[in-house]
Amino acid sequence: MEADKPRKPAAQARRQFLLDSARMACGVGLLGIGIGLYAKQAKALPPLALRPPGALKEKDFLGACVRCGLCVRDCPYDILSLATPDEPISTGTPYFVARQLPCEMCEDIPCVKACPTGALDHQLTDIGKAKMGLAVLVDQENCLNFLGLRCDICYRICPLIDKAITLEQQLNARTGKHALFIPVVHSDQCTGCGKCEKGCPLPVAAIKVYPTELAKGEPGKHYRLGWVEKDKAGGSLVAPDVQHQYNLPEGMRYESGKGLVPGGEAAPAVPPGSAAPGTQPVVPRALQGGKL
Amino acid sequence: MSTGVEAVAAKGWLGAHKWLLLRRASQLGILALFLLGPLAGVWIVKGNLTFSYTLNFLPLTDPYILLQSLLTRHLPETKAFVGAAIVLAFYLLVGGRVFCSWVCPVNMVTDAAGWLRERLGIKGGAHISRRTRYWILAMTLVLALATGTIAWELANPVSMFHRGLIFGMGAGWAVILALFLFELFVSNDGWCGRLCPVGAFYSLLGKFSFVRVTAAKRAACNDCMDCFVVCPEPQVIRPALKGVDGAGPVILAANCTNCGRCIDVCSKEVFAFGTRFGNKVAKVSQPAGEMTPAACK
Repeated sequence: MEADKPRKPAAQARRQFLLDSARMACGVGLLGIGIGLYAKQAKALPPLALRPPGALKEKDFLGACVRCGLCVRDCPYDILSLATPDEPISTGTPYFVARQLPCEMCEDIPCVKACPTGALDHQLTDIGKAKMGLAVLVDQENCLNFLGLRCDICYRICPLIDKAITLEQQLNARTGKHALFIPVVHSDQCTGCGKCEKGCPLPVAAIKVYPTELAKGEPGKHYRLGWVEKDKAGGSLVAPDVQHQYNLPEGMRYESGKGLVPGGEAAPAVPPGSAAPGTQPVVPRALQGGKL
Repeated sequence: MSTGVEAVAAKGWLGAHKWLLLRRASQLGILALFLLGPLAGVWIVKGNLTFSYTLNFLPLTDPYILLQSLLTRHLPETKAFVGAAIVLAFYLLVGGRVFCSWVCPVNMVTDAAGWLRERLGIKGGAHISRRTRYWILAMTLVLALATGTIAWELANPVSMFHRGLIFGMGAGWAVILALFLFELFVSNDGWCGRLCPVGAFYSLLGKFSFVRVTAAKRAACNDCMDCFVVCPEPQVIRPALKGVDGAGPVILAANCTNCGRCIDVCSKEVFAFGTRFGNKVAKVSQPAGEMTPAACK
């Protein structure tokens, strides 16, 4: 220090100031990078944790939610909790796990009303429009309905029965004569409340609610569905519809569900309204083989 | 060596611990109000220190977290802004860092560590500049801007502790234990006095706040140094007490937490609560002499 004496005090002070600032910037910067990277990881919400109704997209939610827990307090069914630091969810943010306690879909949505920041969007006033996630029948090997049993619990327990989940009838290929009642989730109706997942009687649910972006595919932007476009245009856009002519053995006719049967005139394979005979085969469902 | 012995002899134990007891009552009382709901089902206050709703009527928002939220480019509901305005007005009145010494639950943890540190005779430790907190404050704001999330809330022990006590702690205990051990072994006043950006934020309000501690009877000071020992921010005392560069007796330094320990520990009753405007009068009349104490609250 004594050796530094000749230097101008102002210059020395400036030097000290710059050194101190650099030290601070480095130390605090390191801490910041640590927290920043942690924050980046914490943006990924585990699939089993669902946000309350009306929650903004996860990235926006983490900037809007102040972790006050008022949604937790105003939930009359106590399904919400705030994440603790050891859980793989952004610390302090609200979530629920459908398999433990699903959302009861209160009509007045008290959790959204309680939110002071709009992290739960106050524009959501109809709980039927909530998108907490999307139910997916993930395990088609163990789902009882897929095995041909009439479990139907997910369908019956769904608050939007026959809208969010419908039962689609199929032929049971195993027995060849029974029906399968396949639960089908409709993403435009499903709120992601998780009642189906909670209700599934298997030890591990065959139907689960996932974050919508995980559960849903997306068609190419340029994709057009021919039949939709045809309906819109009021007729075929490519070539005139033609009716397929089957070359059936003589004296046989084709009957839906039975195949070739002896008899006279074949029933019209193509619905009458269609255009001229041509090459488009219409194969009945049962002949397409396997499951649909 | 024992701090405050003179004060106890002069004013009695109760007189020498008045503000400390009031402060603990405030800290525990506020915590009790928050806990009354979840533990006893009496819902006077809902939420936690980041946002609370009292009697379904009074919103209170932590302006620091609201600022971070705004920096993530989210516009909160009006209720959050009203709550922040009330909190800002309150701390501008009673002193910015009153939050630290009268409300924040972490203060009890770090005070406990400080008490044990003294009992065990642990001296020294890492040197961390008291300006570090402002760097960390800036860093948390930059993080909010850069990540688009309130990233600091992932690590903030203040909200983590308070929220944990009310909503469930989980591994939060490990963080609080680490904080306690850090205070005990690594750095005295390390968290509250050097690192905490929440305190740093509130100290910015302290620059303008109305209620201040004043060394009104500084002429009576007998240089026992007890106030410097008990003060969590001892650098704030000297200018006011010693009239450095003609400074008035009011402690105007932003980092004074208005904890009142200096008032308790002074056997000569040099200190008292007053207002920041008690200072101007002093400057005009006499730079460093006997003067009438400013109006107390």
